[in-house]
Amino acid sequence: MALSTMLSLLGKGMITSVGIFLLTLLFSLPLGLLVSFGRMSTNVILRTFVKVYIAVMRGTPLMLQLIVVYFAPYYVFHLKTSASFRFIAVIIAFSINYAAYFGEIYRSGIESIPQGQHEAAKVLGYTKVQTFFKIILPQVIKRILPPVTNETITLVKDTSLAFVIAVSEMFTIAKQISAKETSVMPLMIAGIFYFIFNYVVAFVMEYIEKRMQYFKG
Amino acid sequence: MNLLEMKHVKKTFDDLTVLKDISLEVKEGEVVSVIGPSGSGKSTLLRCATMLETMDAGELSYLGQKAAWDENGKSVYATKKELREIGKNFGLVFQNFNLFPHYSVLKNIIDAPISVDHVSKEEAIKRADALLEKLGLSDKKNAYPYQLSGGQQQRVSIARALALQPKVLFFDEPTSALDPELTGEVLKVIKELAKEHMTMIIVTHEMQFAKEVSDRIVFMEGGVIVEEGTPQQIFASENIRVREFIGKFVG
Repeated sequence: MALSTMLSLLGKGMITSVGIFLLTLLFSLPLGLLVSFGRMSTNVILRTFVKVYIAVMRGTPLMLQLIVVYFAPYYVFHLKTSASFRFIAVIIAFSINYAAYFGEIYRSGIESIPQGQHEAAKVLGYTKVQTFFKIILPQVIKRILPPVTNETITLVKDTSLAFVIAVSEMFTIAKQISAKETSVMPLMIAGIFYFIFNYVVAFVMEYIEKRMQYFKG
Repeated sequence: MNLLEMKHVKKTFDDLTVLKDISLEVKEGEVVSVIGPSGSGKSTLLRCATMLETMDAGELSYLGQKAAWDENGKSVYATKKELREIGKNFGLVFQNFNLFPHYSVLKNIIDAPISVDHVSKEEAIKRADALLEKLGLSDKKNAYPYQLSGGQQQRVSIARALALQPKVLFFDEPTSALDPELTGEVLKVIKELAKEHMTMIIVTHEMQFAKEVSDRIVFMEGGVIVEEGTPQQIFASENIRVREFIGKFVG
């Protein structure tokens, strides 16, 4: 197989990987906020439910979660799923898994903001919603950027797990070509692609961090 | 009518009774200092008055409007909406400033008037400029809190509270986090406000300042008001505890 063919095949897989990455972030970042609210809720039932959810998401392999999400509609609800469900299952599994991790990161950030900020906002007359979005969240974002960058970079590499339900992302394709050509070359190229991908991610996150440097606290 | 009225306020944290039965009335234009040893309940009294803590029992009202009243020995609070309205009567200056670190000095001052009181941006900036000028901070308008000294931060936080044009301003040990030099600049600002007859209730350990600025001094200990009167009365008090406490500071 010519190198150019190999690159174009891997390139196509890369697009799927990037798709999984972006869609997962799109859903899991806001979902994580709901998770953190649930985790900090004064309602015992909600809080316990969210704690169990986080425990399951963190305590079992993401690969297994992918399989469960993909096969559950059939085995649990006897629903026939179409071929496109593979990709949807990947997004669902990744999103709910990453939301659990992001939720805990948000919680650590929210709980680290001094009580005085809430009190100052309250006495000034801000509503709870205003206080959260105008006063607390911007400070939280600055504080949690480093751990969020960690998770985001892990997510880039985790997209390769989609191979387990045969979604043709980059790693799946690299493995297929590698088996067919009996060469490790495709895997090495995939490795370089992941590295470049993460380099871009780290660059973007660093840029955001720099943009937040105008204040301290 | 009294601007602030607190009647028979009681507050307990777990097993610790912090306020035993406190009544306090403050008239418009009055400057009242609350002094007393640490743990006497001064700050808790202030936090109950500003509704950061809920009272267990007792009454709280501003200009005759009841924020909380006593029913069978328990405080019952007004609705959230009513409390928000009543809350507009007062401002609070904290010991550790609590400025919003991600907002510039100007934004710290104008944001609440704009997003809480729906004042126009022009009007809010006009108010802020006047306050900054008055507090000698005009050149710090675009600075961020971390770029300011403690004294400057505290003056900004006073400006932030005043921008909402409250009827009474509470100070919770406003200079306790500052060195003597910075303390002076903050106390000067408070003295100027007193000259303009701004109603103020100040929890402080600065005895000399309390003596100079107050119309009335309240001495608290062990969750009760031990003595209350004009600075002259308090500083000439016959009460042994008051004498001891003040003596330590005045020498």
